[in-house]
Amino acid sequence: MAVVKLDSGYNIGVDPDSCTFFGYPAESTAKKTRVPQKKDLPVLSIVSTGGTIASRIDYRTGSVTSQFDADDILVAIPELAKVAQYRTIPLATILSENMTPSIWQELARAVYKEIQSGVTGIIITHGTDTMAYSAAALSFMIDTPVPVVFVGSQRSADRPSSDNAMNAVCAASAATSDLGEVAVVMHATTNDDTCAIHRGTRVRKMHSSRRDAFRSMGIDPLGFVAYPSREVTLKSHTVRRGSRKLALHDKLEKHCGLVQFYPGMSPELLKAYEGYKGLVLAGTGLGHVSTALIPTLKKLIQGGTLVVMTTQCMQGRVCDRVYDTGRDLLSAGVIEGGDMLPEAALVKMMWVLGNERDPEKAAERMQEDLKGEYNRRSTHGL
Amino acid sequence: MDYKEAGLTAGIEIHQQLNTKEKLFCHCPTLLRDSSEHSGEFFRYLRVTESEMGEIDRAAQEELKRDRKFDYFTYDTTCLVENDEEPPAPLNDEALSVCLTIAKMFGMTPVRQVHTMRKLVIDGSNTSGFQRTALVALNGVLPTGGEIETICLEEEAAQRVKDDIFSLDRLGIPLIEITTSPCMHSPEEVQEVAEYIGMVLRSTGRVKRGIGTIRQDVNISIRGGARVEIKGVQELDLIAEVVRREVQRQQNLLAISNELTKRKSSVNDTAKNVTELFKETKSTVLKKAKRIYAIRLEGFAGLVGREIQPDRRLGSEMSDYAKKCGVGGIFHTDELPAYGITAEEVARLREYIDADSRDCVVIVAAVNDTQAACAVNQVIIRAQVALSDKPVPEETRKMLETGSSAYMRPLPGAARMYPETDVLPVIVDDDRLNTITIPELLTVKAERYAQEYAIDLNYATRLVLSEKLPLFERAVAEGIKPKLAVFTILSTCTELRREGVEVGKISDEDYLATWHAVDTGRAAKEAIPDLFRGLASGDTLDEVLQKLAPAVSRQDLESIIHTIITDRSDFVLQKGQAALGPLMGVVMSEVRGSVDGKVVSEILKKEISAVLAAKKP
Repeated sequence: MAVVKLDSGYNIGVDPDSCTFFGYPAESTAKKTRVPQKKDLPVLSIVSTGGTIASRIDYRTGSVTSQFDADDILVAIPELAKVAQYRTIPLATILSENMTPSIWQELARAVYKEIQSGVTGIIITHGTDTMAYSAAALSFMIDTPVPVVFVGSQRSADRPSSDNAMNAVCAASAATSDLGEVAVVMHATTNDDTCAIHRGTRVRKMHSSRRDAFRSMGIDPLGFVAYPSREVTLKSHTVRRGSRKLALHDKLEKHCGLVQFYPGMSPELLKAYEGYKGLVLAGTGLGHVSTALIPTLKKLIQGGTLVVMTTQCMQGRVCDRVYDTGRDLLSAGVIEGGDMLPEAALVKMMWVLGNERDPEKAAERMQEDLKGEYNRRSTHGL
Repeated sequence: MDYKEAGLTAGIEIHQQLNTKEKLFCHCPTLLRDSSEHSGEFFRYLRVTESEMGEIDRAAQEELKRDRKFDYFTYDTTCLVENDEEPPAPLNDEALSVCLTIAKMFGMTPVRQVHTMRKLVIDGSNTSGFQRTALVALNGVLPTGGEIETICLEEEAAQRVKDDIFSLDRLGIPLIEITTSPCMHSPEEVQEVAEYIGMVLRSTGRVKRGIGTIRQDVNISIRGGARVEIKGVQELDLIAEVVRREVQRQQNLLAISNELTKRKSSVNDTAKNVTELFKETKSTVLKKAKRIYAIRLEGFAGLVGREIQPDRRLGSEMSDYAKKCGVGGIFHTDELPAYGITAEEVARLREYIDADSRDCVVIVAAVNDTQAACAVNQVIIRAQVALSDKPVPEETRKMLETGSSAYMRPLPGAARMYPETDVLPVIVDDDRLNTITIPELLTVKAERYAQEYAIDLNYATRLVLSEKLPLFERAVAEGIKPKLAVFTILSTCTELRREGVEVGKISDEDYLATWHAVDTGRAAKEAIPDLFRGLASGDTLDEVLQKLAPAVSRQDLESIIHTIITDRSDFVLQKGQAALGPLMGVVMSEVRGSVDGKVVSEILKKEISAVLAAKKP
């Protein structure tokens, strides 16, 4: 079908055979508007990777795609100019499901360079689907003295009701605040009144479409940003600006996997991970897989794969010492992953195995708290 | 008034809710709720976005002047789609079928691939900030010779509860929009075409009925004037009046423009801050204001206050423009002193602003400089339009109760359309089109009923236009006598309604049960008004029957009939067996319809025969 735009603005699909080619319209250049920046405000770097915070229609597929750079974000959200001055670094224009560990590394290097140049904070625009993975990845790869804030939108930026503008303004406010770690800033409720600041290693997208999909798991949010006042409040457990000395550790071991167990799962599936350096299991309840899988797991471990158990409950801690299956898993060499989120455990495993060659030390590090991903105490209920 | 001479051209857009099971883009029921039943609330801000061509719509630009924070009520019959928290479901196929049927009735060309668009609407009535709409068919004809340009399938907007609070129950109900070409040239013609299209829509039996389920927008222009769209005409009877008044308004604006030209009027001044002048004022509005700005309109005296439509002046138009900045309205010297503003204050104002008697001074009261400047600027813009060679601005207006209208926003352009990327286009192929059957037009049906059921054509016409048509059809199918059903629906109910009985509370099931009771002799048809009074007050049919007439035993009945016959023996002797008919009525009214007519007739016959036999020589 050929799509015709009528004078009324409506599109209709017509049979292409009924169309006659007249020619192409004259080329016009895209207008570029510069937003004036206030020199007395702090400087933030916006690193854009794509995602719905800056997306519009793609006439090739008819769906929404990301093709804005960070400059366009400033044009689209003039309110940002009240908060800071901005440097813009267009790193990628991808939908977040196409994110890879290699891009995490590029992102970490770009962010490191920006922090080194002395900016007050970093905003990373990112698709929401895998934002939590990227936030965890940057948490491990960078020791940051300034806020590194991930932000996106759940409702595309091309709609008047989009959450993009408020999220971006809140993210900028958080990035100029006393925060000193990697965080995700998104809507806290369905209302346009508050954004929550979540720790990069403890955040999860818990709804496919709602604005308030992002939740802190196992801990309280690090703080909140009120809207439209832009007032930032930080909790006592939040790492403060300047607490950490800038450092980049950008090595990752990409041969790591994450598998969710389900009843009746075939051991054959686990064999695909032979030769992998690490495997995170999202087990049931306290951290179990069926007894039928244990011999295969044991073989994997003997072959040099680090296997860490997490729970698909998302809330609570793994304990493989309560039931027989758990004890059998421990004696097969499976490492308990504490209360780490499965996704955060996977990213941590890539980072640990990328930086630590000794298998025993790597296993130990998996059970250490590096960037707030592993709580020693369970203080938080459901 | 010679409308041809005036160069009147008019077109209409008819918006009719469809009575589908589910909403257009989600699976919620198409159920209207009472706002007191809402189960939750949330609030949002709406922003202006660019079209895919990188433009901002002028109607949207106008809305930008105010704070766009809106509250929404949710219900257990609404979902995350209405909340703009979930992507839409595919286009409702049932609704598309209704549209294709109507398209076929008007002989239109269906669009082969239907694309859903987003029409930017940031007045808060859509949580998303746009209304989803799809062009379904083009190029139809009207029997009057006019054309139907398009049929669109749209989602209904949320209704305003109060101020900036909206209720989400109505949002998403499918709506068919039928747009005619500007093919009409008299107010009556517009009304007739609206009536005809409404009749065609109802002929499908698939549209919602009742107040607010159909709305007409009227597009009107005259020679020298401009196209103006008047939205939200709910009563059909008002359409012609709306057209008449708009012609009047445009002609008066043209006349004012001529007068202004003659007077060499101008708007050259800049606004002045006159807050100090009203420091001691008795006017409550001005006393509350933090900033008062004034503007001198040179040579406008008497014209700002001149009536252009019943209850509307050029000043009302300026006031509507200023309100877009959030102020309550304006004051102008054509109407002052009044509203607590004294003649001395007016004189001081005129002097301060250097206005003589030829000039009109407009003042606005605002909360701060920004708002005051915005409002005064709007007044200047409207005054400049009045002065220009195009003194009637192209506008979207809303109808006021009496048929006059108020300014809403500029006419929107094509820039407000953006593809709805979350809904896949729908193919409409020949197979689908061929299976569509055209329903019988209600006008044809009325003629058929008049003939088949031997009822008056006027009566039949009223019946087919009535909301109770489906009930009538069901009753006839269940074997109820058509005349009984028609009489109840059109006469009995109308009389009861005039009495103040809430007939609307009686369910279709109760109508049918009542008719069946009459049919089987459990009730007399004379008892229907009494039965309906009881039903309307909330009783069940059995309860009403009991209350009206406690069941009469056969023995009691025999004795009642015996007394009646004895009292009327002369009549019986005179009429013979023919006395049966009239006496039936007497008995039924005595027992108030609580017995089987067959039994009454049986006993009556026996008693009559007995009287006749006794008197035989």
